[in-house]
Amino acid sequence: MITRSELPLRVINSSPEAVAKAKARARRSFRQIRTENVFKRTLMIAGLLMIVLVLGICLTLAWQSRLSISALGPKYLWSKVWDPVQDIYGAWPFLLGTLLTSFLALIISIPFSISIAIFLGEYHPKGWLPNFLKNAVELIAAVPSVIYGFWGLAVLVPIVRSFESSIGVQPVGVGIFSSSLILAVMIIPYAASLGRSMISLVPSHLKEAAYGLGATRWEVIRSVVLPYTKSGLFAGILLSLGRALGETMAVTMVIGNTSLIPKSIFAPGNTMASVIANEFTEADKPVYLSALIELGLVLFLVTVVINLIGKKIIDRFTND
Amino acid sequence: MDGKNIKLRLGKSYGFQWLIYILAFACLLPLLAILFYIVRAGITKINWHFLVNIPKPVGESGGGIANALVGSIIIILSASVIAVPIGIMAGVYLSENRRSKLAYWVRLCTDILQGVPSIVVGIVAYFWLVRPWDLGPIHHKGGFSALSGSAALAMMMLPIIIRSTEETLKLLPDSLKEAALALGMPFHRVIFKVIVPVGISGILSGVMLSIARITGETAPLLFTAFGNPYLSVNIGKPMQSLPLLIFNYATSPYTDWLNLAWGASLVLLLWVLFLNIFTKVITRKWKVQL
Repeated sequence: MITRSELPLRVINSSPEAVAKAKARARRSFRQIRTENVFKRTLMIAGLLMIVLVLGICLTLAWQSRLSISALGPKYLWSKVWDPVQDIYGAWPFLLGTLLTSFLALIISIPFSISIAIFLGEYHPKGWLPNFLKNAVELIAAVPSVIYGFWGLAVLVPIVRSFESSIGVQPVGVGIFSSSLILAVMIIPYAASLGRSMISLVPSHLKEAAYGLGATRWEVIRSVVLPYTKSGLFAGILLSLGRALGETMAVTMVIGNTSLIPKSIFAPGNTMASVIANEFTEADKPVYLSALIELGLVLFLVTVVINLIGKKIIDRFTND
Repeated sequence: MDGKNIKLRLGKSYGFQWLIYILAFACLLPLLAILFYIVRAGITKINWHFLVNIPKPVGESGGGIANALVGSIIIILSASVIAVPIGIMAGVYLSENRRSKLAYWVRLCTDILQGVPSIVVGIVAYFWLVRPWDLGPIHHKGGFSALSGSAALAMMMLPIIIRSTEETLKLLPDSLKEAALALGMPFHRVIFKVIVPVGISGILSGVMLSIARITGETAPLLFTAFGNPYLSVNIGKPMQSLPLLIFNYATSPYTDWLNLAWGASLVLLLWVLFLNIFTKVITRKWKVQL
């Protein structure tokens, strides 16, 4: 940074007009430098705002849940009863509900998303049909989650209900299973698009070497492409898991919303996100509200950790 | 023996190829089912009357979604007004300071922000922008405002805009900036007159993408914009939006309200599809990498 005293104000022609002109010129440059510094600082503040936002989210959640953290302690997470009327708060039904729906959705969606990734990355990287598939998969991610929920409620739930009565469990329709099906559809695009870009990064000389040894197409995929991309595919699956954990609206609409521990995957339940969505504006006691916020804090921390691990794996994979 | 073996291996190869084809295209079935069902259920509800009227109370048939349409547009526009300048500035900052320690943390926080569940954004926006204006003991329906909903949505737009701005500007040749600086242009004019105009296609695509992303978001609006059965254009007061209307009416037991929700779903779906296709077209036209 240049200070005022360092600026060359010596003028050969020392007539008053020339001095005034030189001073005006100097002032103009100062102004310009100042604007430049202010501008650079504004850019930095915009960047800093991101850090402030993330810290703010973290601190707000922690501060607002202080009541339940101090009153209920860590056993809040594995207490099995949630009964706000009696002032009993246990998060276990929601943790279990979240884990069940997310992992079930993940298991259902993995074969499909990996297939899309292999199809687009290995079998047919170019052409109108793969292009169509790629755009359609992106469309799956674009449909709003509230529409998935509404469709699930109107179409999927009756189908699940008749399926349940045909296998002899209590036909409720809404529940963990229905939400997992909806979630599975919703998270396919995330693992698929990441997997596709990872698979297209496999060096062709590796594949050609395998073909040269007489491997068939499937053998190349199984013993070259998949092992080479396994960390990338894993990262894609982690990112879809992060999505599934935090998904709110579609799940809230089809999961049935009870605070009991789900007895089977066909039983109604609640996830952390859906219980917040349902009860947040009804919470009439400070501890109740703060217990809900503590759920939000747990959800936030878990998704942040999962996303960061996924991003780290992707960075390492693409830098190699 | 060998001949049989190679036949078996080739057969297995083809078998798996077909399995992958089938699984890959099976994903289109739920998508088509959803699109088909929404269009079929919604198309009969949409008419001029539906678009310019507000919902009728329970028991009266008819009514429309004008309040939700107006509310959605206002909320999204004000979210963009908040997020676009900040997002572009932060993106420029990241692309100008690639290796600085602070940029690393900013980038990390942008990644974190992108992964935050939408319901958590809703909670935080509630405590920052709704609670301070709520005078009751816990919440007494006070303090909810469209502006707080916009701020929540802006928080979800920021990471997308920042990343696309950064990625676009990173691809520009340094010689462009150096030439402008060598001509004696001050830094801020280099940014405004050279860097941003050259990268505007990528930046705009990011903005469009982020708008498409937040158009269907419901969870952040639940505790902020809150919803409103009447037409309101005051951003300091609760406001209805399309996703909120769908959520509230879809879970209600009244046929009239369900019909409204189907019509609103179709409108929302068309809106989101239009935004996505529009973004796709401009990215293809401008050859932007996102």
